[in-house]
Amino acid sequence: MAKTFQELMADLRKELTEIEPEQLAKMRSGPPEISLIDVREMDEFRQGSIPGAIHIPRGFLELKIEDRIPDRNTPVVLFCAGGTRSLLAAESLRRLGYGQVSSLIGGFRRWKDEGRDCETPAVLGDWERQRYARHLAIPEVGEEGQKRLLEAKVLLIGAGGLGSPAAFYLGAAGVGTIGICDFDVVDESNLQRQILHTTDRVGTDKTESAKTTLLALNPRLKVETFNERLSSKNVARIFEPFDVIVDGSDNFPTRYLVNDASVLLGMPNVHGSVYRFEGQVTVFWPGKGPCYRCLYPEPPPADMAPSCAEAGVLGILPGVIGLLEAVETIKIILGIGDILIGRLLAYDALKATFHELKLRKNPECAYCRSGIEFPGFIDYEQFCAVPSATAS
Amino acid sequence: MSQIRIPTPLRKFTGGMDEVPGSGNTLRAVLENLESQHAGIRKQICDSNGELRRFVNVFINEEDARYLAGLDSEIKEGDVISIIPAIAGGTKNRPGE
Repeated sequence: MAKTFQELMADLRKELTEIEPEQLAKMRSGPPEISLIDVREMDEFRQGSIPGAIHIPRGFLELKIEDRIPDRNTPVVLFCAGGTRSLLAAESLRRLGYGQVSSLIGGFRRWKDEGRDCETPAVLGDWERQRYARHLAIPEVGEEGQKRLLEAKVLLIGAGGLGSPAAFYLGAAGVGTIGICDFDVVDESNLQRQILHTTDRVGTDKTESAKTTLLALNPRLKVETFNERLSSKNVARIFEPFDVIVDGSDNFPTRYLVNDASVLLGMPNVHGSVYRFEGQVTVFWPGKGPCYRCLYPEPPPADMAPSCAEAGVLGILPGVIGLLEAVETIKIILGIGDILIGRLLAYDALKATFHELKLRKNPECAYCRSGIEFPGFIDYEQFCAVPSATAS
Repeated sequence: MSQIRIPTPLRKFTGGMDEVPGSGNTLRAVLENLESQHAGIRKQICDSNGELRRFVNVFINEEDARYLAGLDSEIKEGDVISIIPAIAGGTKNRPGE
């Protein structure tokens, strides 16, 4: 005979484990580590939840649980507003083979009434949720990660060959604030690789051109432009408000200023360089790994540097390297994966190979060894007779 | 026999070759042999005292030779030596730049 709802609930209460808020408070301080799941709807979750809770509305629970909690032996505590939906949800998880499931008696309402810790979770608006739906579908990004991206501030040094693809994808990914530092104007020969710019913008400032393109792609971005040449005078001021630097410069004076400022401010410096068919990418993050000066304490003298006249690059190559820089930037913001710290990834386009080299922190490094005072910025001379621009 | 990877800026010394065979049991010997095959290249990698230049890094397999035994680092059969000079980015290729 079919059960009434009341009978069903009574049976579930006998068969399943329910816990008091007091017990949950103890379990949260572990061990063992528990997974806490808020099964309420989005509008309820948005108004406040228990810190650390994973939000999976009950309607999606069975669909998403294996992805979020692959180990069926994990202790799982479910809660809703009052303790009814979470009990029904617990039954579903039991059927899926989760062995240690419990439901919070009295739900979030009672938890909150008892004065226990609550937080208003980082949630996105409807526009963001639709726009970044494919990010939200990845557990490693999700709502929280997307929120981090939206709050992140990334500064691109150069809106050129490396900066263009990086800016495009960082903007598309929803990195909320993108700074662009470049003092050059768009030249027709840039367009072979610098995809932020267009033919009708030849002769206009690269920063403005980049801003136009990025805002067309994603009107909710905040794009800050610095139409100036990086120097010892302005580098700290320009860098200071940002979280991550993406170095896409094309000259040694800028490379060293970028490095030294990242050491001074303790900021990750995502480094890419290209030459003809070869490119390199790494992350210099002072405190966590070597800096650029650990590798190359000083720039080469003008007569030993590859001459500007013989330089050249396959247009797509900075595309590949700039995108690798963007990937590392996203990983840094999200705090996921193995970041390219202390590793140089070298790409050879003709051979279609990547190889990796280990980069060591130089214990004698004049800039990043511990316990030294910052030696100051240096304005190295440009090597090219003709003034060089910032972007590669 | 080891293998030496020649970076693009130094390929003018190797007739355009991106990889050349290396011979010698130490990095020093390998670079000396490299010079005897491709005159002028050693000066790009080592200074007048014969030490590695500070803006060039040499890796033996994936390790920086400086953190091994420098020029005295042992080179074994099949080792891959990579020469990695500092590269600014350098995509400027317009005449006059």
